[in-house]
Amino acid sequence: MVKFEKFMLDNGLKVLVHIDQSTPMAVVNVLYDVGARDEDPQQTGFAHLFEHLMFGGSVNIPDYDEPLQVAGGENNAYTTNDLTNYYCQLPSENLETAFWLESDRMLSLAFSKKSLDVQRKVVCEEFKEHYINKPYGDVWHIMRELAFKEHAYRWMTIGKELSHVENAQLEDVKRFFFKHYTPSNAILVVAGNVSVEQVRELAEKWFGDIPSGEKYKRNLPVEPEQKEERRMTVHRKVPADAIYKTWHMCSRLDDDYYTTDLLTDILGGGASSRLYQALVKEQQLFTGINCYHFGSLDAGLLAIDGQLVKGVDIKKAEDAIEAELDKIRHGLVDERELQKVQNKTESVMAFEDMSVMNRAGSLAFYELLGDGEIMNTEFKKYQDVTVHDLKRIANAVLQPSNSNTLWYLAEN
Amino acid sequence: MPDRSQAPQIKDAIEYAITLKKPEIFTLDNGVKVYNVNAGTEDVVQIEWIFKAGNWFEESNNLASATNFLIKNGTLKKSAYEINEYVDFYGAYLNRSCYNETAVVTLHCLSRQLESLLPMVQELFLDAVFPEEELHIFRQNMKQKLEVNLKKCDFVAGRKIDEFLFGAKHPYGVYSEMSDYDALDVASLRQYYATYYQQGHCSIFSAGILPANYAQLMNGFFGSLPFNQLPIESPEYLVDPAEQKKWNIINDPEGVQGAIRIARPFPTRHHPDFPKVQVLNTLFGGFFGSRLMNNIREDKGYTYGIYSFLVNHIHGGAWMISTEAGRDVCEATVNEVYNEMQALREGDIDPEELLLVKNYLIGTLLGDLDGPFNIIARWKNLVLNGLDDSFFYHSVDTIKNISADELKAMANKYLKPEDFYELVVV
Repeated sequence: MVKFEKFMLDNGLKVLVHIDQSTPMAVVNVLYDVGARDEDPQQTGFAHLFEHLMFGGSVNIPDYDEPLQVAGGENNAYTTNDLTNYYCQLPSENLETAFWLESDRMLSLAFSKKSLDVQRKVVCEEFKEHYINKPYGDVWHIMRELAFKEHAYRWMTIGKELSHVENAQLEDVKRFFFKHYTPSNAILVVAGNVSVEQVRELAEKWFGDIPSGEKYKRNLPVEPEQKEERRMTVHRKVPADAIYKTWHMCSRLDDDYYTTDLLTDILGGGASSRLYQALVKEQQLFTGINCYHFGSLDAGLLAIDGQLVKGVDIKKAEDAIEAELDKIRHGLVDERELQKVQNKTESVMAFEDMSVMNRAGSLAFYELLGDGEIMNTEFKKYQDVTVHDLKRIANAVLQPSNSNTLWYLAEN
Repeated sequence: MPDRSQAPQIKDAIEYAITLKKPEIFTLDNGVKVYNVNAGTEDVVQIEWIFKAGNWFEESNNLASATNFLIKNGTLKKSAYEINEYVDFYGAYLNRSCYNETAVVTLHCLSRQLESLLPMVQELFLDAVFPEEELHIFRQNMKQKLEVNLKKCDFVAGRKIDEFLFGAKHPYGVYSEMSDYDALDVASLRQYYATYYQQGHCSIFSAGILPANYAQLMNGFFGSLPFNQLPIESPEYLVDPAEQKKWNIINDPEGVQGAIRIARPFPTRHHPDFPKVQVLNTLFGGFFGSRLMNNIREDKGYTYGIYSFLVNHIHGGAWMISTEAGRDVCEATVNEVYNEMQALREGDIDPEELLLVKNYLIGTLLGDLDGPFNIIARWKNLVLNGLDDSFFYHSVDTIKNISADELKAMANKYLKPEDFYELVVV
């Protein structure tokens, strides 16, 4: 049970406070409701590039990292297709330093030309390191474009191509900032060795006078229902063939999300999962196989990926996956198997909540979903899932007409 | 309206007193020591069984890691699937990992499930059987994984730099070849298991919210196993470093980045310079605000990230700089690393920069001691290296009190380009 208090400033900034006096530290987490899905299709990768620029100095403070480090703090940030999250941790007596830094960069950035020039290069190296210079690195670029025709999930957070990042201009950076980085588009969570009164006072002092800005209204194209199976084959310089399959699934906010989540655990969650046992251990068609989903806020994807044992025919391997899907569509999952993945979920949640930093991040995320309190009530939704729900979702989601298949073959 | 041009007052982190909570220790009937940090906010437990069974003790390559990996793939009573299903059913994680000196089996679970899971762990140390079929699958999958990894320049660079530093026959420098996997056989695995697990040397580290009868439980399941009875011989190895210092390897003619490693041998934690160099390393390349990061990423944009770190083995170590940089700027990156070494040897460290590094180190240390798992991890490190908390407190004192001149002296002693191996893999 994670206890917290919540209030809102006049400018629309939501503030959540979670107290844990067992630590000498405080965590300040600022989540902005903007991600790669909010980008212009001609300027992909921008939300993430922008995250880098948030460290390039704000209107009154030339450098973000240095004063934080002087105060004994450390920080990081990440961008997803849905959101951008910034977090720092420092000794609680220096909490005000974090308020000073975070509020100034919410007020306005320095918009430094040098910072943009350098971070464009840094992000291009990040792009190369993770998506070009690695075997199978381009898989999700290809798969997203295959699976999404309208929705902005069709490109990755890093961007569709290097040139989009290379061409980013300072004017674009300004426009993006004033559109998305407003108090009403942000959630502030303060956790650790703090008091609610102290946080209320500091929040009023440092964030209270930031203009609320215009509330960004998200209006993204809805991905039309997929009616026909899509397939694609590519050849790359990799040692072994691999297969990637995706199906459209509901959003994180849908009631069916919990069933879908457990369904992926039954199929591919760990060493006793169905796909691993049947296809890696018994039939020895794959060296590894996974089933997971992206948990995205708009309707997203459920995925299975596997690397084939060399010499195995890819058609045969795919048929073996289909045979397992057929079983789960037609038969009922054993009660013990359902219980197993529910137990696993309970334990994952308990381990995730161990650090104050994680609790702060989770509270921000659940508040974005609608209410931080969901963090405490969600497990009940997993417990309510039945074997009949699993069958219903397996039949609704894991249909060939709803599927995208990529054969990623070794060149030779 | 607050004055935003003025930073709020801070308390310097170096003014904080830092304490490392002591673990409770009890000894099982067979002499196995159990270290416990009983604390936390969530009803979870982590237990690590640590055996002297790392690759230091193996007679053929990969024997230690294969034995460690396959220890949970079948016992006299249960198949690999039955073991996995059992552990998963209780929402637990049973992992294993193999290092140079040690090999570890780790259990993570909800506290209330512990009693159901300990018998399963005990069974692994009594009756693992290493089925032929499981070894066959392991061999096949590991060979393919190796083949994929060998396409990555950073993976290749990581292997080669260790070889240059320690020699290909030393446990710290050795790496896997395809043929090593082919050479594995179940008889050798069973023998290794019998010597280094069943009758091996074990210590146990636990953390989290432990049940009231924890000592009895552990003694019941593990106190009568034949651990710690027979002596284990520790082989001696000669470090055999490469003669050639500079290396360029082409792994992928079309690669867009190169993996860079620059490294020199460095003594263990027992050397008096160790705590001082830990501070110097932080300033040089050990955190996001370091000299290397500021110059090579934040000023020049050559890389997504560059770090330096001390490689801490029990019998010897290294000081290493590691990054991946654009193919056309690899040479420039290497030059900048040497420029930063020179700046530390010749220049004076600004008092503000030194205070920043000290505050950062103490601040992160405060954060790192948050929660029982972090505290036991510190203790594990101390105990396995034959140290106690006086080492920890000495390190803290060094951080708080070291001067710019002492750091400069360390730079002149250790950051000499001629001592470093330099490797670029594209």
